[in-house]
This record gives sequence, C-alpha cells and structure tokens, in this order.
Amino acid sequence: MERVPVLSLGDALLVSIQVDLQDNTVLALQEDLAERIVATGARGVLIDISAVDIVDSFIGRMFASIAALSRLLDAETVVVGMRPAVAITLVELGLSLPGVRTALDVERGMRILRAASERRGPRPADEPDDLVPVAEGGGAAAGA
Amino acid sequence: MAQADGGRVRALLRSGDKVLRRWVEAAEVPLRGRLTTGELGRTCSDLLAVLVEASDGGLDVTSDAYAGARGFLAELSRDWARRGFSPSETASAVFALKEALFAAADEDGGGDLTTVLEASRWVDALGLVTFESFARAREQVISEQAEQLLELTTPVVKLWEGVVAVPLIGTLDSARTQIVMEKLLQTLVDTGSEHAIIDITGVPAVDTEVAQHLLKTVVAARLMGAECTISGIRPQIAQTIVTLGIEFGDITTKSSLADALLHAMRSTGVEVVRRAGSR
Amino acid sequence: MTTSTGVEELPIRSGDDVVRVRQLVRARAQEVRLSLVDQTKLVTAASELARNTLVHGGSGTATVETLHRDGRAGIRAVFADEGPGIPDVDQALTPGWTSGSGLGLGLSGARKLVDEFAIDTAVGRGTTVTVVKWTR
Ligand SMILES: Nc1ncnc2c1ncn2[C@@H]1O[C@H](COP(=O)(O)OP(=O)(O)OP(=O)(O)O)[C@@H](O)[C@H]1O
Ligand SMILES: [Mg+2]
Repeated sequence: MERVPVLSLGDALLVSIQVDLQDNTVLALQEDLAERIVATGARGVLIDISAVDIVDSFIGRMFASIAALSRLLDAETVVVGMRPAVAITLVELGLSLPGVRTALDVERGMRILRAASERRGPRPADEPDDLVPVAEGGGAAAGA
Repeated sequence: MAQADGGRVRALLRSGDKVLRRWVEAAEVPLRGRLTTGELGRTCSDLLAVLVEASDGGLDVTSDAYAGARGFLAELSRDWARRGFSPSETASAVFALKEALFAAADEDGGGDLTTVLEASRWVDALGLVTFESFARAREQVISEQAEQLLELTTPVVKLWEGVVAVPLIGTLDSARTQIVMEKLLQTLVDTGSEHAIIDITGVPAVDTEVAQHLLKTVVAARLMGAECTISGIRPQIAQTIVTLGIEFGDITTKSSLADALLHAMRSTGVEVVRRAGSR
Repeated sequence: MTTSTGVEELPIRSGDDVVRVRQLVRARAQEVRLSLVDQTKLVTAASELARNTLVHGGSGTATVETLHRDGRAGIRAVFADEGPGIPDVDQALTPGWTSGSGLGLGLSGARKLVDEFAIDTAVGRGTTVTVVKWTR
C-alpha cells in the first residue's frame, strides 16, 4: 500500500495526492494527518487534488472526516484544485461535501488559511510575522 | 435468402478484373466526375475484396461474416456524407455492382435466372445497408455541426479579473445546458476565476431538468472553490422554480447581469464609487 | 442490434483490485471516446460498485466490454459476487440507506451516473450489478 506524503509548509500541512487512491491509503492518510497536526501544531491543512481524476463516496467522505477532525484539533482544512468533471460527478452522486472549504488552487487555498489563522490569532508559541495581510473581503467567499 | 449458399454469385464476384472494371464504369455515371476515376477505382477494388471475403459466409448481409463489409460501407457513407454526396449518389455506386455482375453472368453462359435474381437481391441488400448508414452518418454530421454552433453561440466571457460570465439566450434543453455548464466550469480553471455568472435574461422558460442543471452547476462550482451567481431570472422562471419545489437554497441570485457583476467585484475586494464631480 | 467486443475480466479481492478495475474502465471509456465528464461518471460508478462487491459481497469479479449499437459505442461493466445478496433492493437503492457504516450513496449514486443499470440478486446466492454508459 502506498502512503500519501504530508509536507509541512509554514504553519500548514500540504497533502498533494498524486496516486490512485486505494481505500486503505485513504484511511492511513486520515490517521497520518491527525498525528501530524498535533505534532506540528499546524493551523491549516491543504489537500491538493488537482491530479485526482475521480472522487467517489469513500474519498469524498475522507475530505469531510479530515475537515471535521482538523477542526477538533483547531486547524482549518481546504480542499483545492478539484477538476470540473470530478465536481460535476460528485454533485450527481449526491455528495456536496458540506463543511469542507474549497479553493481553486494551492495559492488561493493558502490565502484562505492565512486569513483564518489571522482571525483566530496565533497559537501561544507562534511567531506572527510570517502572516501576510489579505485583500479586503478576503477572497474567502467560496466554500463555507 | 437462406436457401441460397450463393455459390454462383461468389463465382461471379471472383471472375476477375472485368467485374471491377465494369463496376467502376457503371458507378462513374451517376457520380458525374465528382470523384476521380483513380479514387473510385480504389474504393471499388477495396470494397470488392471485402465482399469477396464476406460472401464466403453466404449471402446474408446481416450475418457476422459481413461485419467487416458493413463497417466498410458505414465508413464510406460517413466519408461521402462529409464530402456532400447525396444518399442516392452513394447508394447508386453500390447498385452499380449489379450491372457488372449481370454482364459477367451473361458472358459465361447466358446467366440463369436464379443467379441473376440472387445477385440482384444481394446487391439490393447491400444498397440498403449503405442507405441506412448514410442516414446515420448524416445525422452525426448534423449533430456535430450543431455542437460547433453551440460553441459559437454561447461564449464564456471574462467580465473582470476573476469574473467570468455566460449569457444564455433562447430555449435551453438539457443537453445544451450541460455542455454550456461544463464549459463554464472549465473556464474557471483556465482563467483562475473565483466568480462565475450565469445570466438567463434571454431565456424565456426552463423545465425541471434545466433548472436542476443550473443548480448542480452552482454546487459544482462551489466544490471547485468558486462562487456562481445566477442573474436575470424572469418572473415565469421564478414561478417554475417555486412550483417545482426546487430548492435554490443559499444560491446567490441577482436581478441583472450588472448587479451580479457588482456583487462579484465587491466580493473580490473591489469597491465601485461614483466620482464626486459626476454626482 | 447490439454487438459486444473485447471482454475483459478482473478479480475483486482487495483494495488494489478496486483501483485496477477503475483503471481498466477508464482505459476502455477513453477508447470509445466517451466525453471526459462521462468517463469520470462511469469510472466513479465502477469504483462504488467494485467496492460494494468487495465489502458487502466478500469478493467477486468485474467484467468490462465494449458495445456497439446503431453507430454508437458504449461500455458495459458487470460486477458479480457470490455473497449474501440484497434482501430489499428498493431499500438498498434509497440514497442514504446503508446496512453498515457507509454513506449509503454508492448504489443509488452509481445508478444516477450511468445510462443503464440493473441488479440481479438473491439472498444467500449473490449479487450482480450491470451498468452501461453510451457515447452521446
Ligand atoms: N454486492 C452487494 N452484496 C450485498 N449487499 C450489498 C451489495 N451492494 C450493496 N449492498 C447493500 O446495499 C446497501 C447500500 O449500498 P451503498 O453502496 O449505497 O451503500 P454502502 O456501501 O453501505 O455505503 P457507501 O456510501 O460507502 O457506498 C449496503 O449497505 C449493503 O447492505
Ligand atoms: Mg457502497
């Protein structure tokens, strides 16, 4: 079974899915992420699925679980780069992923995470100076 | 035709270059020089080879033995339909084989009636296959053209940095809506836009299916990380949506394209203000 | 008249097999030039059904073939197992209904993603689900 690598990027974790996801890989990723959020004190998780050509109900459920789980650990999750064909299929399947924030690409996803992190203020140990101010309105209208 | 094993017809088909030459000559007449003799000759010769092989399995053109021959005729019809040949021109090229076969039968001993009838029925059946595939090929050409036209008549346009829109005009059917929506979503990716506007000011009415497609597009856009606004909903359409009990929920709707653009610009952080002097 | 070509069968015994089924269906859908959205819908349906074969049926097979009818091409995928069967098909097809801990969207969702959908099931003998997607 392949494992999906989890990278640290500032105070966020970046998961870039490049393989055909097998169910066990999905479950392992969920566990890995929970551990890494706690270990690194990350404030955000970015899941880049621009290379993923199908999302079925199992994978879709993982996004919802990771979002819920990271929220419990005081981190935001943003799913980025969903392809149009995948989005159309998910809607047809009846899965609209409530509670999962989304963005067009990694850059915009990072912007959402920074804005959220700024709103909540840094964790006690954090240095706030790597936070970049965002445009008025935040560009964070999507998702929700 | 099940009773005939077609042995005589087969023998005629194989009776040499003369059949091919006569066929090409006869086929050329209705085509009036729209095809070069060289090309027609090659086509007839290829088709003849396919038919010789198929006829080993009898004379029933609907049988498996003729799968290749039917494919050849379908391909030929498609090609000729694209090049603007009429169905009768295409079929007569096939029917011309009859003349060649009759002449061949005549030559080798008067040609008995059974053989001539068999050959005639066989070519008729092939002609019919050609006719049918021609009709199908033409339909396909028409639907391809319709799709190209659709591409041209429903442009997805960029209104502002990060804002794209598709103004829909005329009656929407489910197939058209689907194609337009796919194009809109793809444009979001291609242009990196976070806002889409579907303007239906020019749409007189929608049915349940079309309304559902609009709705699904908005949700799909959201999954991709973009916001989609629907503008220009006419009273009748609003009526339909309510009557059908379609849940438009938290979808942003605006009365005009201008309002929708303003909304999109605001949410990207742009404020539009009238200059003091012009007040 | 519908004709069928290129029948291929794969076993479904593990999660990796489910991935292989998806890949096979994708390749065959590309071959007949289904639109990208239709390919995605068919592969997603196949993924749901193959997982059901594995999770609920225990194990089984996927059979994929290309269909031709009236100048259109299509892909047929058949998922068969000899598991417990489905006692109440209508219930199983209700969106959100699950006998386990799933979302209950697999079967009902797969049906919405394809053009033809059929279930043949008998309690104690097994389940066969057949789906077809045609080119537009
Ligand atoms: N091959 C099968 N054999 C036996 N029962 C099945 C089979 N496929 C489906 N079922 C039954 O139908 C129910 C609904 O299936 P469905 O795929 O919709 O949901 P699920 O598999 O429970 O959850 P998920 O949303 O994760 O797919 C299952 O819970 C199961 O009871
Ligand atoms: Mg399932």
